[in-house]
Amino acid sequence: MSLQQRHLLGLEGYPAEDIQTIIDTAFTFREVLDRPIKKVPSLQGKTIVNLFFENSTRTRISFELAQKRLSADTVNFSASTSSLKKGESFKDTVQNIEAMKIDACVIRHPTPGAALRLTEYVDAVVINAGDGTHEHPTQAILDMTSLYEKFGYLKGLKVGIIGDISHSRVALSNIHGLITMGADVTLCGPATLIPPYIEELGVNVSYKIDEVIEWADALNVLRIQMERMGVSLFPSIREYRSLFGITTERLANHKKEIVIMHPGPMNRGVEIESAVADGDQAIILDQVLNGVASRMAILYLLLGGKTE
Amino acid sequence: MMKLKKCAKKILFKNGTIIDPILEKGYKGDVLVENGKIAAVGKVDVKNAEVIDCSGLIVTHGFCDLHVHFREPGREDKETLETGSRAALAGGFTRVCTMPNTNPPIDSPESIRFIYEKAKECPIHIHPIGAATKGQLGQELTEMAGMSTEGAIAFSDDGLPIMDGGVMRRVLEYGGMLDKPIINHAEDVCLRNDGVMNEGRMSTRLGLPGNPVEAEGVMVHRDLELARLTGAKLHVPHVSTATAVKHVTDMKKDYKHISAEVTPHHLFFTDDDLFEYNTNLKVAPPIRRNEDRAALIKGFKSGAIDCIATDHAPHTIEEKESTFDVAAFGMIGLESCLGAVLKVLVHEEKIDLMTVIKALTVNPREVMGFITNLFENNTDAELTIFDPEETWEFTKGDIYSKSSNSPFIGKSLVGKVKYTVSKSYLAII
Ligand SMILES: [Zn+2]
Repeated sequence: MSLQQRHLLGLEGYPAEDIQTIIDTAFTFREVLDRPIKKVPSLQGKTIVNLFFENSTRTRISFELAQKRLSADTVNFSASTSSLKKGESFKDTVQNIEAMKIDACVIRHPTPGAALRLTEYVDAVVINAGDGTHEHPTQAILDMTSLYEKFGYLKGLKVGIIGDISHSRVALSNIHGLITMGADVTLCGPATLIPPYIEELGVNVSYKIDEVIEWADALNVLRIQMERMGVSLFPSIREYRSLFGITTERLANHKKEIVIMHPGPMNRGVEIESAVADGDQAIILDQVLNGVASRMAILYLLLGGKTE
Repeated sequence: MMKLKKCAKKILFKNGTIIDPILEKGYKGDVLVENGKIAAVGKVDVKNAEVIDCSGLIVTHGFCDLHVHFREPGREDKETLETGSRAALAGGFTRVCTMPNTNPPIDSPESIRFIYEKAKECPIHIHPIGAATKGQLGQELTEMAGMSTEGAIAFSDDGLPIMDGGVMRRVLEYGGMLDKPIINHAEDVCLRNDGVMNEGRMSTRLGLPGNPVEAEGVMVHRDLELARLTGAKLHVPHVSTATAVKHVTDMKKDYKHISAEVTPHHLFFTDDDLFEYNTNLKVAPPIRRNEDRAALIKGFKSGAIDCIATDHAPHTIEEKESTFDVAAFGMIGLESCLGAVLKVLVHEEKIDLMTVIKALTVNPREVMGFITNLFENNTDAELTIFDPEETWEFTKGDIYSKSSNSPFIGKSLVGKVKYTVSKSYLAII
């Protein structure tokens, strides 16, 4: 079993059958994660470097854990420890790393297109762990794995993505992935945080959260970045909460089952109420576990791992 | 490799197709240059002349570019007046106007003098455009009268839009008094915000901050109205959007002192070409959607846009070989200009060659008040001789600029400059 593309840079144009293969493989690794000894030798002898030009504890830990469970050797590089300024010596840094003969690079970088640029500089397999406001394909795959686990299908599934779409790589990758898999997607958030021309990607846009709740099977609630408030993209937390916040009260009005997701880290009490985040409808912790399993699947499939 | 030498005492360009953009006529004939001046145009018989066979080639006026950045003083690592001149000659340009956004900016009579003196030594005619405001800060007027005396040909803060409408009005009033064209880099800074490419489907897909077409539209509209108000000459640089074409078209019906330029890159590329985050396509104003490109072509056909200018903007490899957000704005364009515009406008869009040649010769010269009738006897010879049909791939080897930030590298172009005559030099390309 292998994937058609050598790298995983984004889900735009990514083949549906490969997304399905990754999801299916993720489920076999979920089973490994339930064992007392949670480790397989699939990637023994492979070296993977985690290049983090931007802090992201969750994503980095998830990748590291996936790599350890597959018995790969890992090296971590983070910009904060090497006084590197963004952009400037990007090429030098990655070529140095390439010279160390590694098999794969996992890269997180604040600039859109950085993962693609990396493929020009290194021979290793490149996995995009988030390039600015562009894509975050492994997050979207773990979201889809979680939805698939919950519903058993993606085709025709109604998914609402709520919040700051403009500055979200999670939203963009989810849109591409879900549309490819035949799901229906509606975006909902303040007009100032919905990017122009986004409908051309095949999604609907709504400014009425209650209509979206009524319609959707699942909601993916995105983190609101407080610093956006300063540049007047939205006036206040109070107003945001009242227009788009996911609260028990709001959900209760609809008398329906709905699955709640959040890519984390959450602003409890802003985009999502604590009681909702911790409630029965939320699958936020399943997302975390599926994150490790999905990333194991991706690494395994891209690095041609051996089966047990 | 381009060869540059002093012209022989007598040099005869024989059997070419002469295109005279003043008379709007094309005919077979010869051009004799004697002591660097036009001696005869038509059927010429002469002894003791160096003869250059021009059969199959077009012989016309030297091209004139209203908009180049030669980086001197301050960033001589990117370009100097000397290296920029070589790039110009390779592209068939005998006359250019340099933008003042150097380091420091050209914002005083003394700094205009510096460019003027240095330019004397160069093999092409170089005219400095002076800054419209001190330090290009968009606040206080420069000494435009003193700068004009020293050789400033127009005024602009190019690179930086004059955002304050009140200041723009004063610039037009004062510049208008001196009868000098005013050029404003027309982008509303607030609307542009941190945009690095055109706002649209592509910017959303690529996750890059967009610069909306309205940033240009509203600024061009404002500038046109202020030009009419003040009676000044306004030249609109690098028009990139359908709305700006519309505004220029409309205002030209009302008010005649308006001219506009389009760059080869805005005619050649669309934002779809940025799909691989090619930093050589990062430029201000940005490469737009195909519908804007189509409107530029239409505006060129209709005459709303009368000049072709390259906005030649050299940058070092380090400034371009970077991630898209931090890469510098701009691309070089002199060497690839003719091949790009002939390909798009003549070969694809079937616009007649005369219209394109006028946009490279007479029209820009008229905007700046230069001598236009270059085929008149005893005029200093400025000639460009090119093959209008040759299809060729633009490579790094075709670049004479000190920088090589060109998205045309690897592109197939149509039309190639063979000889340029300027200031008694003959460039053989
Ligand atoms: Zn400009």
